[in-house]
Amino acid sequence: MINYILRRLLYAIPILIGVNLLTFTLFFVVNTPDNMARIHLGVKHVTPDAIAKWKHERGYDKPLMWNGAAEGAQKAADTIFFEKSVRMFAFDFGRSDEGRNISYDIRTRMWPSLAIALPVFAIGLLVNITFAMLMAFFRATYIDFAGVVLCVAMMSISGLFYIIGGQYLISKLLHLTPISGFDGGLNAFKFVVLPMAIGVIGGIGAGSRWYRTIFLEEATRDYVRTARAKGLSELAVLFGHVLKNAMIPILTGAVVVIPLLFMGSLISESFFGIPGLGSYTIDAINAQDFAIVRAMVFLGSVLYIVGLILTDISYTLVDPRIRLE
Amino acid sequence: MLFKPVLLWTDGLLWLLLALVGLYAWRVRRREHLLQPWRRLLRSRSGVASAMILLAFVAVGVLDSLHFRLPLDKQAGAAERHYSPEVLSVFDLLVGPLRKQAEKTYSAPFATRLYAKETIELPDGRQLRDYPRLKYGGAHLSDPATQQAGDIAAIALQGGVWALVAGWGAALALVLWLARRRRVSPGAAWRLIRQGGDEIPWRTFLGTVAMLILFACLAAAFSAKYHIFGTDKVGQDVFYLTLKSIRTGLMIGTLTTLVMLPFALLLGIMAGYFRGWVDDVIQYVYTTLNSIPGVLLIAAAVLILQVYMDSNQDLFDTVAARADIRLLFLCIILGITSWTGLCRLLRGETLKLGEMEFVQAATAFGVGHFRIIARHILPNVMHIVLISIVLDFSGLVLAEAVLSYVGVGVDPTMQSWGNMINGARLEMAREPMVWWSLAAAFVFMFVLVLSANLFSDRVRDAFDPRMK
Amino acid sequence: MNAPLLFVDNLKTWLDAGKTQVRAVDGVSFAIARDETFALLGESGCGKSMTALSIMRLLPEAGRIVAGSVELDGQDLLALPEIAMRTVRGKRIAMIFQEPMTSLNPVLTVGRQISETLYRHTALRGEAAQARVLELLDAVGIPDAKARCHDYPFQFSGGMKQRVMIAIALACEPDLLIADEPTTALDVTIQAQVLELLRTLQRDHGMAVLLITHDLGVVSEMAHRVAVMYAGEIVETAERGEFFANPRHPYTRKLFASLPGAVRRGQPLEMMRGNVPPLDSDFVGCRFAGRCDFAWQRCSEEAPAWTEVAPGHAVRCHLAAQPADVGPVMEESLDGTASVGTAPVGTASAVHVRLHPQGVSPPRAAAELLARARKPYPQHPLLLDKAGGLLEVSDLKIHFPIRKGLLKRVAGHVYAVDGVSLAIRPGRTLALVGESGCGKTTVGKGILQLIRPTAGSVRFAGEELTGLKSSALRARRADFQIVFQDPYSSLDPRMRIADILEEGMISLGTASSPAARQAGVDSLLRQVGLSPDSKYRYPHEFSGGQRQRVAIARALAVRPKLLVCDEPTSALDVSVQAQILNLLKGLQDDLGLAYLFITHNLAVVEYFAHEVAVMYLGRIVEHGSVEEVMHAPRHPYTRALLSAVPVIETGSKREVIRLSGDLPSPSNPPQGCHFHPRCPHVMPVCRLDYPAATGFSATHGVRCYLYEGSPGER
Repeated sequence: MINYILRRLLYAIPILIGVNLLTFTLFFVVNTPDNMARIHLGVKHVTPDAIAKWKHERGYDKPLMWNGAAEGAQKAADTIFFEKSVRMFAFDFGRSDEGRNISYDIRTRMWPSLAIALPVFAIGLLVNITFAMLMAFFRATYIDFAGVVLCVAMMSISGLFYIIGGQYLISKLLHLTPISGFDGGLNAFKFVVLPMAIGVIGGIGAGSRWYRTIFLEEATRDYVRTARAKGLSELAVLFGHVLKNAMIPILTGAVVVIPLLFMGSLISESFFGIPGLGSYTIDAINAQDFAIVRAMVFLGSVLYIVGLILTDISYTLVDPRIRLE
Repeated sequence: MLFKPVLLWTDGLLWLLLALVGLYAWRVRRREHLLQPWRRLLRSRSGVASAMILLAFVAVGVLDSLHFRLPLDKQAGAAERHYSPEVLSVFDLLVGPLRKQAEKTYSAPFATRLYAKETIELPDGRQLRDYPRLKYGGAHLSDPATQQAGDIAAIALQGGVWALVAGWGAALALVLWLARRRRVSPGAAWRLIRQGGDEIPWRTFLGTVAMLILFACLAAAFSAKYHIFGTDKVGQDVFYLTLKSIRTGLMIGTLTTLVMLPFALLLGIMAGYFRGWVDDVIQYVYTTLNSIPGVLLIAAAVLILQVYMDSNQDLFDTVAARADIRLLFLCIILGITSWTGLCRLLRGETLKLGEMEFVQAATAFGVGHFRIIARHILPNVMHIVLISIVLDFSGLVLAEAVLSYVGVGVDPTMQSWGNMINGARLEMAREPMVWWSLAAAFVFMFVLVLSANLFSDRVRDAFDPRMK
Repeated sequence: MNAPLLFVDNLKTWLDAGKTQVRAVDGVSFAIARDETFALLGESGCGKSMTALSIMRLLPEAGRIVAGSVELDGQDLLALPEIAMRTVRGKRIAMIFQEPMTSLNPVLTVGRQISETLYRHTALRGEAAQARVLELLDAVGIPDAKARCHDYPFQFSGGMKQRVMIAIALACEPDLLIADEPTTALDVTIQAQVLELLRTLQRDHGMAVLLITHDLGVVSEMAHRVAVMYAGEIVETAERGEFFANPRHPYTRKLFASLPGAVRRGQPLEMMRGNVPPLDSDFVGCRFAGRCDFAWQRCSEEAPAWTEVAPGHAVRCHLAAQPADVGPVMEESLDGTASVGTAPVGTASAVHVRLHPQGVSPPRAAAELLARARKPYPQHPLLLDKAGGLLEVSDLKIHFPIRKGLLKRVAGHVYAVDGVSLAIRPGRTLALVGESGCGKTTVGKGILQLIRPTAGSVRFAGEELTGLKSSALRARRADFQIVFQDPYSSLDPRMRIADILEEGMISLGTASSPAARQAGVDSLLRQVGLSPDSKYRYPHEFSGGQRQRVAIARALAVRPKLLVCDEPTSALDVSVQAQILNLLKGLQDDLGLAYLFITHNLAVVEYFAHEVAVMYLGRIVEHGSVEEVMHAPRHPYTRALLSAVPVIETGSKREVIRLSGDLPSPSNPPQGCHFHPRCPHVMPVCRLDYPAATGFSATHGVRCYLYEGSPGER
């Protein structure tokens, strides 16, 4: 098992290198530091001096990949590629274009993100499975039909409308929760509860419909017929046999996103003014702060790969047929 | 010349797409086994209804993709004609008044007065702070307070009569067509439609068409006199903006797939067919791409495009061309982030097909790899491609709104639902709330995405061999 | 018969298929006594499984019972509310299914799956239930039950899984056990084990068994009484002895006559023309009339009633009811004796059944075939005689690497084919026999270079094929072609028949002009007995047998000299199998084709092959002419294989050599002789080295220490 995880981690390295090269190309080769400087300083009326100064302050004035002027190992190390991309492997994200310490920001901002994303994930999973089970139990009846119609209708509504609608109804008309903002400790609850509820409700449509498909597919398997032939009740078949098997695709599909929960939700956080990583990213995009975007791309990839490894491990937990060698 | 045709990039691709669809339809027409799933699709009521609604959307989108520039008035002495920098479409001409009847700023649906108070100069020279009358909305009424209800009823009646005439016309046309097609008398054809005796649910078909006609007639009747969805911050008619947004939504939903399709097909089939190191390399590529959070990759790419366009402004001769390039680029980027899913599916299916005995039989005949892929693999994965195109569509339309909100969507000057929502969001805090842009975008998006979802469900049922 | 346990009366089960109703079961009546095995026999799609599911009330969602009654001990099961029915399922009626691979829940331990039934229907809990589970596992012959009850289904082989299924079914000692094709998915040696287990359990527990099968041999071994189903109806029912001695319905008789076997060698098999009529049509007359050689006008106008022809023997046929009309014909046709059987060891164990081998009026083509086939065989060429062989394979090895680890290092090999030598002469048939997983299909593909061999040589007409470049290989490909097992996956569903047939001609350039190709397509279709009009149709419009004809035509399109037939009939019903075998036989006689016939069906081998090679775990353990191998088998495995085939017999019980255990994994074959862990004659030497070949005659050879150094004797 440990051997396997080690191997998977090794396998992650080429992927991260790929991600890194890609972002490096996008941010420094296609889009040169000169361009960045011009954006930040205003496209018109910039002097070459101002550009040079801006680049120097952020370390963008070094050669891209190879510093012919430097000595020895510095030839490779004293470059933008090394300073800005290779260092990320040590989770050293450096400073943002505005001069903020990105690593520090990430450490402080991931907790509010998690405070919303984790409950949304857990409650959402539970709610979706419950709804899907109900529909599967009443399959081929009007209850099932109405459930599917509701699901399709719910998934046809843009997530933005859930947020806008919820904010308008709950905060503005009913004054049940603050419109936006965040606070530490237990006070966070009143700020978190609305985005949390909206996150869960927004996911019900697609989620429970998908799980229903999985349940129904399992319900047509031969072993279900065997279980019925034993004289088990429909509920016992559903919970004792179908659910257990359906949990394999459901859990393993869900596990991959767990690490990404740290990244938070872009939209919801910025609507509700939650100081998490999602709103951090949006702000960076709007401020065109490439250093932060680059860091978040790398972080996201790392977390995705961790998610993949966790998925493999969770397979072994829920499916006895799979053993990691 | 009366006008100068403009072929935007996305227009060109849209026509290419339509040509491909036409080619496919022509191929399918003569092949019973390819036709069969479509027959199954047309037998379901929700399939027919959603297809008709989608067709209505597509019709608007296509009309809005025939672009041209009108000439400016010829100045005396000028040797050549100059054309207006504004790019118009056939659709703009059709709804001419909608486009031109701009107010000063916000106004509510069916309002006759502006949303904000202004200082009005009365004829006697006094000044008054009040809500001024709109320039176009309800301008024909002398005293809106007493006349409006009656006027609206009259217009509704007018629209209703139009719809009735057009609806019966459509029904009559269908009856005659069906009578000829099924070789029965018109009376029998009518009974066939009413009682649902035919394999295609004509009643649903006719019902949907009637609803569309009714909506079109009412909207046409009302929008001549009122702003049925109000006006936005700069006084533009929101209904017009919403209709214009349809093209943007459709483009994102379809061109993205068109752009990524060659990659997904080529790489997916290659990975599944050749296996070995080819498979390893392709898998590495898509795992890497997949591991980058999609929104961030799009954000990064769009930011970079912005920088490029800002520094090369002279490349684009009109605003529309500039916005169009950004739309195209957005489609490409969305395509790059979303091709991995289809690629993986195709790889899996090709792996399965490669084991199939008919492929081995072809190998035993010494048929080359290319021919095997073209004749055996490709036709047998097309249903997956079709299903995933239709399934992806609604997701992409929704994604456009989110991306525009994040600020990496389509050009701010381009009409799109995302931009409408984004603009309206800023006015949420106002009292009373400016809700109509949101409502309009919501209704149109919901109808489009819902019918796309229903349609894709039916497509999957009809095409997926496992669903039979 | 007094007070039967199960009484099914006029049962009708329909399936919704869009706008039409498929009458899967259409008025079926029968009764099963306590401690009796009642077999429901029929070909696929005749409604026998639906009958069983109707009794259990476990129909698929599209199905519903529209009429009839099912009484268990006088209690009408169809009238019970669903809740009460659940106390019947698993407790009073238990069922086992065809696919042991998918019928067990993959994520629950087998112990849990057995105890679940106990918890549901009995008061046994905890320790007591656990003890009962172990007892059951012991009873069905699972060794080391205590440890294995915590294992998951995937850790068991197919035969073992079916034993677990049986244990589940037996848990509450049901009055009636329904076994739906319990051994169809299993290999013949495993089938013998499971059938024996079922027989013992039935006898010991005094259970009633409803056995559903398509295999006459299984019926003969297991049943006390038999009912034959055709197109949703029971057409004949009788005691077993009477049934095999004196089948009366024309359909039953055709079934018997279409079985291949040694006694029919050199004669064409009886064929049923046409197909089973679609079950959503309205039947006026007899359902078999369209395919019946005896049918006359009345048969298509009036549905025949039940007629008791002997005590306990009833037939649904006008012939039986009105012997005066057609009596003479029938009598004549029943006159004369012939032996019949799926019997592999023809002379020893086949039964004498009063039945005319040729039916009444063999079609002319068949008569011609017959005449040709009756010519004496030429002398057997030596199997391994290198000279003049069309195909010579020596020491063929195909190993698949098992890759593990980060860099996908090769951690081991699957020795799918591990040193196979064989030779085929023009116009001859070599049968390659073995159980699933022994590597026989891989041999076929290796010979065709569809899988490139790891080592060894494949010489075709003197030219070495291994290592040929693909362009050079393509030039030779017209000479050897393949026919696959599954007629559904072997034709591209998106291509018309004409395109399918043309593909090879275009690729290999055997017909230059389009006109020549079209002419070729037409004549090929005629050659395999299809109408040339069908070339514009698509595969899905054809039945399984017709598709297999198309597949054969496709292979013939490039005029090959050798055809590798990979289980070409095992996916087909017996009557269709007869059509295909006759076709292949005729083609061999006309075109001088050589066949490598890969199969697990020994009856087909006896009927069809000239030489036989028996494969076990990647190697050939015995080879020889069909007489030598089938009548005087030497290798213990061959003998066990032959003895395990269920036979139609009335007389003396033959001895089944029971093999213990399952086929070992080809990635880790046992040291020494691969067969030694299962061999009843195992000696110490067997565990050390693989035995060398021993020859008995010029053609007959075996690899076994029993005969080492003593050729020609036992």
